[in-house]
Amino acid sequence: MRDTDVTEPAGTVARQTSPADGKDVVIDIDHVTKRFADYVAVSDADFQIHQGEFFSLLGPSGCGKTTTLRMIAGFEQPSEGAIRLEGVDVSKVPPYRRNVNTVFQHYALFPHMTVWDNVAFGPRSQKVPKHEIAGRVDELLEVVRLSDFANRKPVQLSGGQQQRVALARALVNYPSALLLDEPLGALDLKLRQAMQLELKRIQREVGITFVYVTHDQEEALTMSDRIAVMNAGHVEQIAPPVEIYGRPETVFVAGFIGQANLCRVKVLCCNRGTADYELCGQTLHVAFDSDEFRDGSDGTLMVRPERVRVHTSPPADDTGVQLTITSLVFQGPILRVAMRTADDDEIVAHVGTETEIPDVRPGDTVWVTWESDAATLLPPGPAPAPGDEAEEIPGETATSDPARGHDVEET
Amino acid sequence: MAGVAAEGTRKSRVAPYLLSIPALAWLAVFFVVPLWSLLRTSLSTTSGSVYLPEQTFSWEWSNYATAFSTYGTQFTRSFVYAGLATLAALLLGYPLAYVIAFKAGRFKNVLLGLVILPFFVTFLVRTIAWKTILGDDGWVVSLLQTVGILGPDDHILSTAFAVVLGLTYNFLPFMLLPIYVSLEKIDMRLVEAASDLYSPGGRAFRKVILPLSLPGVFAGTLLTFIPAAGDFINAQYLGSANTTMIGTVIQKQFLIIKDYPVAAALSFVLMAIILIGVLVYARVLGTEEIA
Repeated sequence: MRDTDVTEPAGTVARQTSPADGKDVVIDIDHVTKRFADYVAVSDADFQIHQGEFFSLLGPSGCGKTTTLRMIAGFEQPSEGAIRLEGVDVSKVPPYRRNVNTVFQHYALFPHMTVWDNVAFGPRSQKVPKHEIAGRVDELLEVVRLSDFANRKPVQLSGGQQQRVALARALVNYPSALLLDEPLGALDLKLRQAMQLELKRIQREVGITFVYVTHDQEEALTMSDRIAVMNAGHVEQIAPPVEIYGRPETVFVAGFIGQANLCRVKVLCCNRGTADYELCGQTLHVAFDSDEFRDGSDGTLMVRPERVRVHTSPPADDTGVQLTITSLVFQGPILRVAMRTADDDEIVAHVGTETEIPDVRPGDTVWVTWESDAATLLPPGPAPAPGDEAEEIPGETATSDPARGHDVEET
Repeated sequence: MAGVAAEGTRKSRVAPYLLSIPALAWLAVFFVVPLWSLLRTSLSTTSGSVYLPEQTFSWEWSNYATAFSTYGTQFTRSFVYAGLATLAALLLGYPLAYVIAFKAGRFKNVLLGLVILPFFVTFLVRTIAWKTILGDDGWVVSLLQTVGILGPDDHILSTAFAVVLGLTYNFLPFMLLPIYVSLEKIDMRLVEAASDLYSPGGRAFRKVILPLSLPGVFAGTLLTFIPAAGDFINAQYLGSANTTMIGTVIQKQFLIIKDYPVAAALSFVLMAIILIGVLVYARVLGTEEIA
């Protein structure tokens, strides 16, 4: 049955299109908490991962994403709660009896075995008949395009090739889910981007559920069907990339994914899904769907820089917020305009350079506006610290989004 | 400019040779020259008195014939004892190295220190201490006699068992340390990977840890077997006339009988056999494959 999954991806596409509709739960994380002595690594994680889904666990280092993955793999046991694989509670089942396989951060290929033997390791352990092992290994080496390297040792391969061996070694077992622990972390930027597409292709081809741990928000946005953003052991939000980016639910998520202007605002009055708030003496509206706010409470307003419009004269409808320009940086596709409010909050606008660039210079007074649906009102909370994203990854400074790299430097 | 650059590269090409001159000189003076004179001695005839023997080089191949025919038993015995001691050291040393490398936690350094501690007492003294421990009036023998494992007239000292035991004891650290080093180097994530790929502990050990530790086993067995095969202290203090090893024979030929040519021939035969053995062993275990 699984054989057809591999050779016939068409059958899995249908399942993949509706990954989050509640059916076909492969991994059920049921109120899982993990403590190491006094340290709470994962706190009450509770979510389901579906058949064929590309699910990312995203967060800064130490947020509990790897611990969560290791609990699914069986290397750690939950202190509380249960983990179910295809409906069966595996919380106490050792890794070698779980039908999930891991692609390790540094691949962990067996150095004394050839590529072929590495890939054959799992099926051999499971006592799969010899002729079937040969078929499966050859097939998977073809999927990862390494058939010509079958007799090499891992040391004779490049990082990207080792990565693909690790992938084949895991997938050859036809696991119910593939767990990937920062698999692209050790690769340089170019290769990483190529491998992102490659991973996505392979996932589509084999139709297996991928659980992907990463600290790289762009990587998560690029590949995932859904993302769980984690911070300090808590799952902050689980949603598809578009929603995570456009409708973050917490200040942390807003700040961690992409760039965001986060301004403290006072909620003046709120009713039936809209609220009035004050920002720099200007009263504005925003739609919201949370019951956390009442009149007079504090909130954080999130607006993406690309949604901020800059005007050199006050807009006619008097919705403009008056600011002073502090810096202008030309970044190719965009002009980054940094501005300061009277309260010394910074607001950044990205102005597309294909449109007309406003004739302004630092020190000028400008007015900014945004569509009311561009703003999101969030309960106050801690924003990610600058550099949260940067982990032990070499070459991390070459972030694929130059604007972000720059921003982190400045703040 | 080009001249300077060329000179620079020439210098760096010469530097390795310059750096190795002291070591090469050392080897020439203290290894090649003695070996050469030993070879000449092994093909010489002796004349003169026992106190002042004189050797004359004369292509005396009969020294080798004598060495083989007279001391064949001792050769065989040496390799059997050394083989048994190596096996025993491996069976004791591997599990201990494994425990120190993977299970000892913060006691790792303490345990390693204990392994090395006996080196602070000289080889000879330690071997003589075993003589006391295994002696007929020692506690080991009396305990075993009480339990009934040994009969009232049995003893341990002066038996082959005592010699092998002494060899095992003396060379155990040389077995353990290389194995420990090769185990220590193993990335424990490989064991996790094996576990992830449906291999419980035992299979993960056989398929991953054991093959990756073979270079240590190879080094350890050589470091144990070679000196054990040539050892004369253990056979002399813990053995009897029936357990004489080739090392004792060579020592006696050189220092007591003073038949230098035969002693030298014996040394060469021992060296040759060990060298051939090592080459065959290396071929079989194929260490290049593992690194």
